[in-house]
Amino acid sequence: MALLLPTIFPTNLIKQVCRLLLASTLAYCSATAADSPLTESQPTSTAATIALSSNCPPSFMLSDNNQCQLRNLYQLYNSLGDHGIGGLKTALPAHRDGFSPQQIDLGRLLFFDPLLSADKSVSCASCHNPGQGFSDGLGRSIGIFGQRGTRSAPSLWNSAFIKDFFWDARAQTLEQQALSPLFSPQEMGNNPSQLLSSLQAVAAYPKLFKQAFPDSSDLSLDQIATALAAFQSSLISLNSRYDQYAHGYAEALNQQEIEGLNIFRSFVARCSQCHMPPLFTNQQIAVIGTPEPEGMPRDIGAEKTFGSVKLKGGFKVPSLRNIAETAPYMHSGRFETLREVAAFYSGGRGHAVPEGEDLLLHWHISEPNLTAYELDRLVDFMGTLSDSSLLPRTPKSVPSGLHILSEQKISEKIISNKSISENNHDKS
Amino acid sequence: MTKAKTLGLVIALVAFVGGWQLGQNSDSTPQITSSIGGASYSGGGDADRINTALPERTAIGETITVNPGDSIQAAVEAAQPGDTIQVMPGIYSETVYIDKDDIHLVGVIKSGERATLDGLGKLNDAILYSGNNILIANFKITRYKGNGIMSQAGNNFEIRNNIIIDTGIYGIFPQLGVNGVIEHNIVSGIADAAIYVGMSDNIHVAHNEVFDSVAGIEIENSRHAIVENNYTHNNSGGILAFITPGLPIKTTFDVIIRNNFILDNNIVNFAAPGSTVAGIPSGTGILVMAADDVIIEGNIIVNHKVAGILINDHGNAPGLTLDPDVDPNADRVMILDNVMHNNGYDTIDEVRAFALTELHTGDIDIFQIGPSQDSCIINRHRYHHVGLGDFAECDFTNTDSTHSYLLAGGAKPRVIESAERGEIAYMGICAGCHAYDDVLIGPSTRDIQAMYAGNAEGIVSYINAPFKVRPEYPEMPAQNYLDAETQLAVAEYLLDMDLGPVQP
Repeated sequence: MALLLPTIFPTNLIKQVCRLLLASTLAYCSATAADSPLTESQPTSTAATIALSSNCPPSFMLSDNNQCQLRNLYQLYNSLGDHGIGGLKTALPAHRDGFSPQQIDLGRLLFFDPLLSADKSVSCASCHNPGQGFSDGLGRSIGIFGQRGTRSAPSLWNSAFIKDFFWDARAQTLEQQALSPLFSPQEMGNNPSQLLSSLQAVAAYPKLFKQAFPDSSDLSLDQIATALAAFQSSLISLNSRYDQYAHGYAEALNQQEIEGLNIFRSFVARCSQCHMPPLFTNQQIAVIGTPEPEGMPRDIGAEKTFGSVKLKGGFKVPSLRNIAETAPYMHSGRFETLREVAAFYSGGRGHAVPEGEDLLLHWHISEPNLTAYELDRLVDFMGTLSDSSLLPRTPKSVPSGLHILSEQKISEKIISNKSISENNHDKS
Repeated sequence: MTKAKTLGLVIALVAFVGGWQLGQNSDSTPQITSSIGGASYSGGGDADRINTALPERTAIGETITVNPGDSIQAAVEAAQPGDTIQVMPGIYSETVYIDKDDIHLVGVIKSGERATLDGLGKLNDAILYSGNNILIANFKITRYKGNGIMSQAGNNFEIRNNIIIDTGIYGIFPQLGVNGVIEHNIVSGIADAAIYVGMSDNIHVAHNEVFDSVAGIEIENSRHAIVENNYTHNNSGGILAFITPGLPIKTTFDVIIRNNFILDNNIVNFAAPGSTVAGIPSGTGILVMAADDVIIEGNIIVNHKVAGILINDHGNAPGLTLDPDVDPNADRVMILDNVMHNNGYDTIDEVRAFALTELHTGDIDIFQIGPSQDSCIINRHRYHHVGLGDFAECDFTNTDSTHSYLLAGGAKPRVIESAERGEIAYMGICAGCHAYDDVLIGPSTRDIQAMYAGNAEGIVSYINAPFKVRPEYPEMPAQNYLDAETQLAVAEYLLDMDLGPVQP
């Protein structure tokens, strides 16, 4: 379990006593114990009482050398060449794991702590909100000083399986990725020395880092990156209704959803040619030619990363897992609903590319002419990819004592985004 | 921009500044190699004579008969692995999908009348499957918009004796499968490839007739494939082996194209704009692009406007996307004896221009452009050829010792011991709600052990149909989507877990 444990001792004492009693009393014991992990205690100002979890998050097995090793049902299967792409009973791509429970738990505290931003106003969770599919409900995310960026916050679910990070694939490890937003002036605006000194200034943090990195003497940027990577790699969503269908339980999907699956994998719509099961991405770059929000110039995307105009306007194919939770859609949030996205793909090759703009569109962008009924079924099917059963716990408070982004602030953000997007009505 | 156009630009440029290959192919005494006897190619696979991709059935199941008016899909849903579904002659308008293993779907042919899947121009695909050990045979498939037969990730498949007419984009399209046979099918009127092997391994394509399509047979980003004894005619391109950049699997190698009849592939390319095959110059017998270890042997390649064999790298196909993870060159192309006649008689300007840099005019049987390391040919003097200056003499003359690349006994599923299966299911699913010693959402594992000591079946029966035991907990959702083997494994694993002493 990933939580602070200052109150664990009395709880365990009660449980130990209960275990001496007969099975009939188990219900009472469990009821007593049930309250503690779900409502987290406030960390006290005396850091000595704060302990990081020594248990792995669900879906991870603790090894003898204190590493959390991922277990999931897709490990029952093979995939061609171990590429982790294919159909229903296909293994997932290679993944990151092997972090310690303490590193994962420290990463969780850092993830929610606004102390990481220059003005202590924004945490990782501000844009990657667990309650919103680890995105933020915004087309383009907002950093410190209310700055609106140019791209949407990608979901972090299943990032353990992702090989390139950011929409333009410019980072190749979770650790590289983790530090970049901290120091981006448009996002969290921090710098390495201020980040380190502000963490060191909070009494609890050096001790917590020591628990997570017992062999190192000083709190370092590498440790921050490792802890954030550890937490991100623990965000596993592989128990959706689709997954139940994939493992062989045909009743998991209703008739309309199965129709949607068949449209999804049909070569008319071709969705599954890039959003390949079981991760629902082939982890490649695709130039598909979606429009930017009104007034925003074309984002060149992967052209910059790879130095080739052939990839102008190209972005990473995102995983569709939990996609129903992360509206609006595409790299800059141009589409409000999955229905609009599906309709875009059916609208004809290059139909939204301005006259005279030269994009080397992906070969699967075609003219499928899907019916309205088929578009609805695709939306039905994408809805079966949702699973938040292993949602990590949001800390009640973080070591800095700063306020964690409140639900209210999030909804304000959504409202402000709505008013913007209403002005940017789809031209179609 | 079509590939042909962009190819042309680059070639024209080379022609203008080039001339570097002038005179390389001046006639001297040819090296004549007899391919009767001689060394045989031994790369790429074992020499077992394997003729089937289907492993022996683990259980001989039932035979389910489908009659006109019945639904084939209903039979698939009722079928268990090991069953055979026989479809009687008649018209069936549906999409059949098989998401389970070891199903044989077989049409019955009576006096030439077939079980016919008719998409009426409205349905997307005739047959989709993702299961392993699937046989699809003896159907007639027509008027679908997407595919005749398509799979994603089915291993050990056989697609035999089907007639597929005018079914959209691909006639037969296995993708991401290992170990498959595509034999004795007749496929025509397809807007992309009649037979398209995509990102697959260990495939055998033989004795098919493909025509009136853009591409006849296409081996794309696949390894260990043999294409033999097919008749491919009146397409835009006959047989293709290539790498498409931007796909998640980055290689094509060990492809043998032998003993095929490749005739008159000159029809106008009617592929959708932007599709990869839209770049095939109409009039190409065999196209090898960026693929490695391709052997071309014993084919009859006759009457192609552009070239009998066209070999190029990605650098000469600039209409394709950039993929830094792909090796763009066609290396180790090996051309053994083939019968080639009347090719390249009306070729495209780009090819003609490059041929001029070698002072070559007239017919072109073999055209090669771009870097190609360690490639070879025998009896080159027989052909009209351009760009073979770097091709060595092959040190073998045939591929007789490579009977097929199919896997003995089929591709094997991952072997999972029961304890490992239990651990995977416990950690992957149960641990979301049950911790060893603490209460997450449900009771602790230690509590469950106490309740069900020695009674794994009791756990199995409970997780299949949970009922509310303790008022203070939410009711557990049913775990009946797990198969019986996994349910028992996880129950036993849970009971066997050594949790150590209770934590103080």
